[in-house]
Amino acid sequence: MTTPPLLDAHLVADRGAFHLDIRLRIAAGEVVALLGPNGAGKTTALRALAGLHPLTAGHLTLAQVDLDRPDRRVWVPPERRPVGVVFQDYLLFPHLSALDNVAFGPRRHGADRRTARARAGNWLDRVGLGGQARHKPRQLSGGQAQRVALARALAVEPTLLLLDEPLAALDARTRLDTRAELQRHLGDHPGATLLVTHDPLDALVLADRLVIVEHGRVVQEGDAASVTARPRTDYVARLVGLNLHRGRADGHRVTVGGLTLTAADTVHGDAFVAFPPAAVALHPVRPDGSPRNVWPATVTGVQRHGDNLRVQLDGPVAVAADVTPAAAAQLRLHPGQPVWAAVKAAETRAYPA
Amino acid sequence: MTRTPRPRQRVPLALLLPAGLGLLFLVLPLVGLLAGTPWSTLPRRLAQPGVLTALRLSLETATLAMLLCVALGIPLAWLLARVRFPGRRLIRALVTVPLVLPPVVGGVALLLVFGRRGLLGSWLDATFGVTLPFTTAGVVLAEAFVAMPFLVIAVEGALRGADPRYEEAAATLGAGRWTTFTHVTLPLVAPGVAAGAVLCWARALGEFGATITFAGNYPGRTQTMPLAVYLALETDLQAAIVLSLILLTVSVAILAGLRDRWVSAP
Repeated sequence: MTTPPLLDAHLVADRGAFHLDIRLRIAAGEVVALLGPNGAGKTTALRALAGLHPLTAGHLTLAQVDLDRPDRRVWVPPERRPVGVVFQDYLLFPHLSALDNVAFGPRRHGADRRTARARAGNWLDRVGLGGQARHKPRQLSGGQAQRVALARALAVEPTLLLLDEPLAALDARTRLDTRAELQRHLGDHPGATLLVTHDPLDALVLADRLVIVEHGRVVQEGDAASVTARPRTDYVARLVGLNLHRGRADGHRVTVGGLTLTAADTVHGDAFVAFPPAAVALHPVRPDGSPRNVWPATVTGVQRHGDNLRVQLDGPVAVAADVTPAAAAQLRLHPGQPVWAAVKAAETRAYPA
Repeated sequence: MTRTPRPRQRVPLALLLPAGLGLLFLVLPLVGLLAGTPWSTLPRRLAQPGVLTALRLSLETATLAMLLCVALGIPLAWLLARVRFPGRRLIRALVTVPLVLPPVVGGVALLLVFGRRGLLGSWLDATFGVTLPFTTAGVVLAEAFVAMPFLVIAVEGALRGADPRYEEAAATLGAGRWTTFTHVTLPLVAPGVAAGAVLCWARALGEFGATITFAGNYPGRTQTMPLAVYLALETDLQAAIVLSLILLTVSVAILAGLRDRWVSAP
């Protein structure tokens, strides 16, 4: 028998017309990212775990203790759950110093004032803010406030650590440093960690495993490599930058719409095909030779994309293609222009739907 | 100090004229008070025993009334701002009634409840031997009745403006509802509480109608400054002016002192 995961939850909750129904299991020491577009239910899930939103069904079990179980009328209020939360805009108490913000949790958990402050000082040292202990939150920079919020959540030594978009409020430069530091602290946390984010980079860097939610449901889960290689929804495909289509496969051939594509993999039945925009080549006339997947398309838009141009194509399938500025100039790309799109079979992945 | 020149803007006369008249209307009586003050006899009049007694009684009762309002009004404001219950709108309307009620009517109503034969008064008298009307405690009660809405409205507004997610953050850190209230909510709304308390105190200090109706006008016991001014007006105009000047000075000094603290406060 394997040991049960530290967090075992089936979160069913309602917020107005919105319905959440997701299963989550997190092992001790594991960092899981809950990734999804705005309004997918990420924050509702986090609030349900923290005890700020009741479940309507399902269960929430942490370290073999039921915290919320409507069918057994079990509900533990937030202040008695071994859960620490880093809120999106940190919510540091404005009237308390950084030290007293961090000491607030230990104090409520029964430590006397001196012990609580000593422990808080320790945590501030660990996040590198020993010198800012006396500062009020408004005297802290965004990155510093984020670290104080992390120290405050960790100071109660939570079994489950929840982070709600922990880097969203930071500017791009600070985010880079803070992300690296956050990764280190999450690695040290012995309990379970759930990171809620809509930024795929945060999820890929910080998490061991991704759980992707859309419309209150889990649509895909797995480690970074499997999710990025085999997206299962348009949202995930956009996140990882792949063209994704669903069709029927018969061996190497996958039929999508009116088009039959040849893939490197062998699949039968319902299947996804995915290929990166950079693998799509554009030609003014039908190309001869190696590419097996060729179809006529119409340019609907051209945008800058890094050093290249991203071309949106309409046709039997809608795809994005990345071309170099030189190639674009040669083709004289403009909306409405007919072109031939080609993708090598070797760069086309197919997998069961 | 130099000011950066701003482009000249024509202020419409139709607004300027009534605005000036309005200002004059507010300031002129104060000027009149200062002009009418018998400055030469002022020290002697201030030293009269009755003046200081009335002033002290006024300050004491207004402060006690404010404390009573703070003790009862903050929980009431919290209830109105944070707890959903049926009839909340009705309760909120009831709280503001003393604002629009003529104070004399308030005094009569207090008499009907706390008077010797009142709803509660007869029971208080029979059980504890406590009588409130025409006592210093009665003054405090009358002032608190009239001043409480100022505090409740100010604190409720502050509570509604305060982000309830701070309270959620406190809960996730292990704080129960009471600890959250004392350690997070109250500090967050402290400026609102202070503003409400000052308004409340100022209203209590100037209270006249409910006080004279419910507590009477006994020097040293229930005769506060406004009552003393009114009484003096009938016998000695100069004394009334002096008393008024004191009341004006005390309220302006305290309001100004508190205001400075808020402005300089971070």
